[in-house]
Amino acid sequence: MTTLSATRPEALPLRCRQCKADFPAAPTAICEECLGPLEPVYDADRTLPDAATIARRAPSLWRYREWLPLRGEIVHSPDTGFTPLIDAPRLADRLGVGRAWLKNDAVCHPSLSFKDRVVAAAINAAAAFGLDTIGCASTGNLANAVAAQAARAGLAAWIFIPEDLELAKVVGTAVYRPNLVRVRGTYDDVNRLCAQVADHFGWGLVNLNLRSYYGEGSKTMAFEIAEQLGWRQPTAVIAPMAGGSLVTKLARGFREFREAGLVSGDPPRIYGAQATGCAPIVRLVERGDGQLVPEQPRTIARSIAIGNPADGGYAAETIRGSGGWAAAVSDPELVQGIRTLAEETGVFTETAGGVTVAAAFALAAAGHFRTTDELVLCITGNGLKTIEALGGVLPDAPVINARLREVKELVRAATPALDPIGTP
Amino acid sequence: MPVTLTLPAVLSKLADGSREIASAGQTVGEVINDIARRYPRLSPRLKDEQGAPYPFITIYLNDEDIRLKGGFAAAVRDGDELTVVPAIAGG
Repeated sequence: MTTLSATRPEALPLRCRQCKADFPAAPTAICEECLGPLEPVYDADRTLPDAATIARRAPSLWRYREWLPLRGEIVHSPDTGFTPLIDAPRLADRLGVGRAWLKNDAVCHPSLSFKDRVVAAAINAAAAFGLDTIGCASTGNLANAVAAQAARAGLAAWIFIPEDLELAKVVGTAVYRPNLVRVRGTYDDVNRLCAQVADHFGWGLVNLNLRSYYGEGSKTMAFEIAEQLGWRQPTAVIAPMAGGSLVTKLARGFREFREAGLVSGDPPRIYGAQATGCAPIVRLVERGDGQLVPEQPRTIARSIAIGNPADGGYAAETIRGSGGWAAAVSDPELVQGIRTLAEETGVFTETAGGVTVAAAFALAAAGHFRTTDELVLCITGNGLKTIEALGGVLPDAPVINARLREVKELVRAATPALDPIGTP
Repeated sequence: MPVTLTLPAVLSKLADGSREIASAGQTVGEVINDIARRYPRLSPRLKDEQGAPYPFITIYLNDEDIRLKGGFAAAVRDGDELTVVPAIAGG
């Protein structure tokens, strides 16, 4: 277990991704000069660990601390990350690729989604700045992650969500007793409100004014994939897209490990997945014109239903620059994606994961994958959070009396060609 | 009753500290042009060199992104509220 420190960590200074202006460390994510996004600046001369050193560290995302935006010992969420990388040979066969793995953040600690990673980074940045209240605008998974990690840290939390979120995501937030606010409208409406909230109150809103630090947590998914593959890169990675940050951070994570000499070879091709009812980044990739057109979300994949994705332009650039592509799938297709993943791999994912799986099949059918590909599917959330998506599509379980005869009848009906129990 | 433009803190210093600016016009573009003329330092953070909306902000007309209503050509009425919001991450 990573040891928690009594002293605060120190956050790294920031630099504008667009105009390269430098700023001291602060809970701000926007360049005062050009309004471009700010990113942490790492000391190029810092000492980096080798593979053996990393492998000896505790199994959490903090084993990659030299690539995370805090100096000194972290004080919150020491156990997040290092989720399983699951071999999926039957899925590989069906997709027509050489190998396939799931990066299973459906079991990420503590709130069962990839968002635990980014909040772990942000909540320690909040500690660095001495903030006693954190919060977020959320489509659900981030709300769960902020509420859980704030509760453990003993911080107050203000969490804003669209009013019509799935029940499990509301309950999975409210149980930690944050200040939970349901806003009439879409996530984009919540986001607009929270931009003003962040301006007005001195809170650390993890995906607003702490976004520069928050986003760095996403890179750890790439670091873990590389380590769990035996310090090498896959040839292709597919991930769901909401704001678009994850695909950019996956590419950056692999790049940083190449630069550190921990892996070698060509960068993986990056593929993005969205639901047809909210696919502004997919359409941007397809058009290639650099002009994101916002959309009004209409999909059951609410966790990725962001019509005005802040990192959409960067995501499209990353995907096209990597030689990858993007695909959008319908709601029925994403539900089938959830079922296929469960039946072929034993992993139950939420709607965003269903989008990822269904998009992988769409991309395979369109000839984007090779028979030699080693493909990682990023499964970013747990199926128990969106059980409404499966309403009416799974077969009803038969109800029987406690009689062996009735079980025999069921078995005979289920396997008509066999009679394994010798019934007369 | 005029149209009101609300700025984020990061932009208000370019408008002499004002967070809310009253203006008038028939379209969003006319309102933006009026405010850009009155606050020249703010101008390049509202519209780019071609006169289109600056790419790192989103402008809302009441509750709707102006890109869904015709951009700067969207019509405004007295009492409407325009809100400038910097780009935000996912959630």
